[in-house]
Amino acid sequence: MTMPKLELVGVSKHFVKPLDVAARAANLFGAGMHDIVVRAVDGVDLVVQEGEVVGLVGESGCGKSTLGRMIAGIIPPSAGEVRYGGRALDGLVAASGRKGLLEIQMIFQDPMASLNPRMRVRDIVGEAPVVHGIVSSAERDRYVDTLLARVGLDPGYKSRYPHQFSGGQRARIGIARALAVEPDFLVCDESVAALDVSIKAQVLNLFMQLRRDLGLTCLFISHDLGVVEHISDRIVIMYLGRIVEVAPTEALFRAPNHPYTQALLANVPRLEARKQRFAPVKGELPSPLDPPSGCHFHPRCPFAMTRCREERPALAEIAPGRWSACHLNDGTSDA
Amino acid sequence: MAVLAVENLRTHFFTRDGVVKAVDGVSFTIAQGEVLGLVGESGSGKTVTGFSLLGLVDPPGRIVDGSIRLDGEELVGAPQERLRALRGRKIAMIFQDPMMTLNPVLRIDTQMIEAITAHERVSRRAARARAAEALRAVGIASAVERLSAYPHQFSGGMRQRVAIAIALLHRPRLLIADEPTTALDVTIQSQILAEVQSLCAQSGTALIWITHDLAVVAGLADRIAVMYAGRIVEQGPVDALFARPLHPYTRGLIGSVPSRAHRGAPLAQIPGMPPSLAHLPQGCAFAPRCARADAACAEEPAMVEHGGGGAARCWHPYLEGGASA
Repeated sequence: MTMPKLELVGVSKHFVKPLDVAARAANLFGAGMHDIVVRAVDGVDLVVQEGEVVGLVGESGCGKSTLGRMIAGIIPPSAGEVRYGGRALDGLVAASGRKGLLEIQMIFQDPMASLNPRMRVRDIVGEAPVVHGIVSSAERDRYVDTLLARVGLDPGYKSRYPHQFSGGQRARIGIARALAVEPDFLVCDESVAALDVSIKAQVLNLFMQLRRDLGLTCLFISHDLGVVEHISDRIVIMYLGRIVEVAPTEALFRAPNHPYTQALLANVPRLEARKQRFAPVKGELPSPLDPPSGCHFHPRCPFAMTRCREERPALAEIAPGRWSACHLNDGTSDA
Repeated sequence: MAVLAVENLRTHFFTRDGVVKAVDGVSFTIAQGEVLGLVGESGSGKTVTGFSLLGLVDPPGRIVDGSIRLDGEELVGAPQERLRALRGRKIAMIFQDPMMTLNPVLRIDTQMIEAITAHERVSRRAARARAAEALRAVGIASAVERLSAYPHQFSGGMRQRVAIAIALLHRPRLLIADEPTTALDVTIQSQILAEVQSLCAQSGTALIWITHDLAVVAGLADRIAVMYAGRIVEQGPVDALFARPLHPYTRGLIGSVPSRAHRGAPLAQIPGMPPSLAHLPQGCAFAPRCARADAACAEEPAMVEHGGGGAARCWHPYLEGGASA
């Protein structure tokens, strides 16, 4: 295992809203207005090994979905490089057509928004493999049957439309569509978030089974720590566009290092809890439009010191395989 | 003395495709200051139960049977004016989406003052002061300035706080919370849980917390009632219910929650899907998905007490002891 399956080097995504005519005109008179820039993802480094399931956790607006989309090649990064199997993703597009990108597939949160309501399941699942020459159109139906069976759907349903299925079944269709082009890397973006508890368990079990059977590598994006804890080998915690902590699942839950991770873990509702005294973190999530200086977490952090306001902490290795971006790990306080 | 006693409540919807029995024989009581967790999956009737308590079921839905007593006063069949006088004063509700409760074109102060003057004769100035006080109580900073803001100027978590502040304006006897934290982030959810918990404890308000998330009510509730297909299939004290679930459905639900205890192992999933409420199977509605089902389940089981305050509607409850860890 020398070559990592996926490597992100300094990946950033900035969404820029350019100034409108009025603002540009105002600038002529020295109003000094700037473009509005959202740093959705801000300098992320990450390595995913072959066969690993990595959980990506963060609250809304932390950039986890944007990161997933860049990995899946849906949107290009503004800076930095996504390397897949040692090659840059944008290189894949140019060199071998779109073929290379087929290996990375994405499963979305809301199947109703990602399945075309006017297409039958047969076409939703069967279109891509025919277009990409994986099966001939004559074999399409048989191919779709095996895929549907694999995700636990009755192949007899393939002439139906998405609205004729329940939420859990639609999630399965989304999975079948992703598997149809024989990917070996799946990006699952909140794929079970909208499902009921008992259905969620069914789909999670399906994920774990598919991963074993097909040897898939997975990036599992979720805000639900319980789900991520259950399914992942390693966990990556994001806060406002940056990775704050990376650790093997067991180690992270045993001894979270970053104050934000500690706060998150303390706030996860647990079955074991009784008459819990909720001890919440203070404050709201800051707007990514205007993130705090230095460490993004410092306004809500109980241990914040002056240095945290001024200097962005680097993601540093604190133990083998464990990374955290916090000034507290430098040992010395500046007080 | 129970604040609320619900007995054999049936709320049915008369649609063109048949009668949808959204709530079909629900009974429970809740005492002052008690927190009841009402748990169920989508379509189990938990929200309609909440709406029925407030008398907010719209046609084609109707409460066809049963009784709802609030402090001894019968609400089923009570005149609309009476229900209107109670709603917001003695019973209040907060919803999943606070945009549903807040009028987007009115300022927060307008909405809060209206909620106060609807039930009490006070001056606008006094009402405004009370509104600011209520906002402060739910942890909104610079409350007086925020009163002049519109709902869209608040974040999701803040909007939910405003909704809670409005619901608690009159210190109601009963607060019904319908998944108020489902759309919120983990850290914000925890803030809201903390607020509601302490406010209800202070004012002695009884709380019904409706949710699909067992983990949320595990840390909040005194008692849990589990709904399935329009009926409460099991209820009991929170400790007993999680340690020794009686009903196979409760047991399946608990097993379905990913937990630290069995990481990476397959979850104990419940096969199949919840049934359509318009075409319920004869007898126990859970039987088609149940591993313990047999011929007896073709007949509907009654709610039976099994000691320790726990009760379940099942012919074959798990009585032999602890759940699998």
